[in-house]
Amino acid sequence: MIRAHFVEELEDLKEQIKDLAVDTKYSLDSAIHALYDANLEQARDIIEADAILDAKEEKINDEAVLMIAKQQPVASDLRRLVSAIKISSDLERMADHSTNIAKATLHLGEGHGIKITPELREMAITAMDMVDLAVKAFEYEDISLAKKLADMDDVIDKKYGQIVKEMLELTAINPEQIQHIMQMAYVARYIERFADHITNIGENIFYLVKGKTYDLNK
Amino acid sequence: MSKVMEKKNVETSVENNKVSANTSKKAGDSSVFMVENLNLWYGADQALYEVSMEVPEKKVTAIIGPSGCGKSTFLKTLNRMVEMVPIVKTSGEIKYRNENIFNNKFQKEYLRTKVGMVFQKPNPFPKSVYDNVAYGPRIHGIKKKEVLDQIVEKSLKDAAIWDEVKDRLHENAYGLSGGQQQRVCIARALAVEPDVILMDEPTSALDPISTAKVEELVQELKKKYSIIIVTHNMQQAARISDKTAFFLNGELVEFADTNNLFQNPQDKRTEDYITGRFG
Repeated sequence: MIRAHFVEELEDLKEQIKDLAVDTKYSLDSAIHALYDANLEQARDIIEADAILDAKEEKINDEAVLMIAKQQPVASDLRRLVSAIKISSDLERMADHSTNIAKATLHLGEGHGIKITPELREMAITAMDMVDLAVKAFEYEDISLAKKLADMDDVIDKKYGQIVKEMLELTAINPEQIQHIMQMAYVARYIERFADHITNIGENIFYLVKGKTYDLNK
Repeated sequence: MSKVMEKKNVETSVENNKVSANTSKKAGDSSVFMVENLNLWYGADQALYEVSMEVPEKKVTAIIGPSGCGKSTFLKTLNRMVEMVPIVKTSGEIKYRNENIFNNKFQKEYLRTKVGMVFQKPNPFPKSVYDNVAYGPRIHGIKKKEVLDQIVEKSLKDAAIWDEVKDRLHENAYGLSGGQQQRVCIARALAVEPDVILMDEPTSALDPISTAKVEELVQELKKKYSIIIVTHNMQQAARISDKTAFFLNGELVEFADTNNLFQNPQDKRTEDYITGRFG
């Protein structure tokens, strides 16, 4: 095949994105565990590890830009590279939200004495399922899978609304713990934003396959 | 509209852009060529199959495709230059400004005046820059020096070469660089006030700077002329054309707005070609 080397490079880039997605999912999983276990050491590790994910994103971007410059791609090749840059950027932002959750864990500290609502874990599990689905949709360039992400994001948004409402009620009866309760509301917000970025990835997969933009939030 | 009036309209449009813009409102006037079911044979070998396309006015139309796909043949058919090969046979129709160019009554000379051509390699005559550009107008009977002077200056200016050659108009054109020679050839094509300019890989023999100058020039020229350009340089087609036609094995596979064709081609063969999977 002509341009076999370029095809190989594209494949390699795809593998790097999948790898970054796995890391990002792991960062959320780990952040949620640290939150429920009040494990400050684990939270600090997550914050520290963010630099590794940033470096992975940067490498993907650098390689994609270099390939644009060297190969002057068009059509689906160009869309693949533009999508690679955008998807890796979303993944990096998602990892930042995991870091934010770890920071919330540090703010809560040990022995804060409040019960972390189980709904945060449920939200996070849905968000992680979304990552799995997005990776599959990306790997097989399957837009039907990408479209399902919108429904899952709706579930997350709804849950986020509920949690914020509950937290507000909780502050009314526990005004002395408002700082801690706020942290939980923040965590809900971080997971909600995390999921929004996965929806963006779904839109990028749609663009990659169809060459058209599609708003999954509609 | 009578044929005489129509011809007059075409001529006026070349002389005066504004007039053409005001008078070309009616439907169908926005295309210069209308090709319908064009087939072409070199002896027993068929080189073009059922090609149908509409070439828009005052736009750049690029023709791309691998070697031997029929793109140059197609270009040369538009001014009937292909008929210089004696064994050529055609069927179908090509209408230039609503008149079938294969019609016996249609004057080939008129077509060649209205549809100029620029070739792959610069091919100036072994004459001065001035005489190269004045060649066509002289053949058309223009003898007055002042008129010729005006035509030469205007054509060289339109071809973006005037500043580089104004002090050496009477030197041999062979002394110019390749890129300059090509722009003199473009000026020579412009001197007879064409309506359409066909370009057959006009930059393939030029260095990157000269190529960029010719590409810039094409963007300028489309304000006044309709341009059809055959190019092997995919990025060039993407940069300078408004519409792109992809030919493969004598067939017009896809003809679309350039932006669409290069971002999201509809035919897999187009996708495979422009992404370099074959060709």
